[in-house]
Amino acid sequence: MTPEEILQSLAGRFGDKVASGKSPGNGRVFAVVDREHVRPILAHLRDDPALAMDMLSDVTVVDHLRLEDPLVRERFAVVYQLYSLRHNHRFQVKARVPQDDPSAPSVFDLWKSALWGEREAYDMYGVEFEGNPDMRRLLMPEDYPGFPLRKDYPLRGRGERDSFPQYRPPRGAT
Amino acid sequence: MGIEKIFGQSLITTSVNAVVSWARKNALWPMPFGTACCAIEMMATLSGRYDLSRFGAEVIRFSPRQSDLMIVSGRISIKMMPVLIKIYEQMPEPKWVISMGACASSGGVFDTYTLVQGVDQFLPVHVYIPGCPPRPESLIDALLKIQEIAV
Repeated sequence: MTPEEILQSLAGRFGDKVASGKSPGNGRVFAVVDREHVRPILAHLRDDPALAMDMLSDVTVVDHLRLEDPLVRERFAVVYQLYSLRHNHRFQVKARVPQDDPSAPSVFDLWKSALWGEREAYDMYGVEFEGNPDMRRLLMPEDYPGFPLRKDYPLRGRGERDSFPQYRPPRGAT
Repeated sequence: MGIEKIFGQSLITTSVNAVVSWARKNALWPMPFGTACCAIEMMATLSGRYDLSRFGAEVIRFSPRQSDLMIVSGRISIKMMPVLIKIYEQMPEPKWVISMGACASSGGVFDTYTLVQGVDQFLPVHVYIPGCPPRPESLIDALLKIQEIAV
């Protein structure tokens, strides 16, 4: 199925819970939904035999701090990249996540690959995924204070790269 | 000393320190800390075309307890820096450090939140090698500089 057909079948089933977005780059359409509805919609995308999205390629987050999007409206959007091995078609779903409560439901029980994807998204953007059994940082040090891919985070960090104990040679060393 | 008068040219007198330093500087055992593309140049330096064993430093030891020259070749992230310090502390004295390439020496082009801007902020570095990555000849030159220091 083409992305347009997938979006149409989603709109037929979920009505106005699904907004349709269009990428200005490649012109491909995707679905934008509220985070309350993202789980039933993703479960439908996985379980409907005509859609059969059996693979979650990636979970990422977009920070819309300086990129106002009338469809997303909120600061963050969780992006689910879906792929169907059976039908060889792809689809993207975006879920709106507000700034004052950056959290989204986990889809780990639908696709196991969400475990690390959600951990990376949490690591970089601070969006917590409720229901993920292992919500720790994936790449940054465990005690890192910030979320570096947020657009209000400075590129050079906030001094984390300079705060290490200096090596002091033991007494009597040359 | 009087001993030469008896044995003549067939005998040389020296100190234990001088002999040990001479042996040590001609048999440096490097600890490679290769995290990026500089490590590829380090491999080239070690292999047949450049052949670091001509200078006695071909015995790469992946255990810090058996090595006395650390070659930091590559980017050191803030997650890796505690590991680097720990490995350096595990090396027995005397020990030397080569900071190979732009990233290890100054952060290079990666002026970002996650990269240590020069390992010399936290470790004593003896020889810096410029370049991105440096050519094998530069690493050989750095090794010869270390041999000058290590007496």
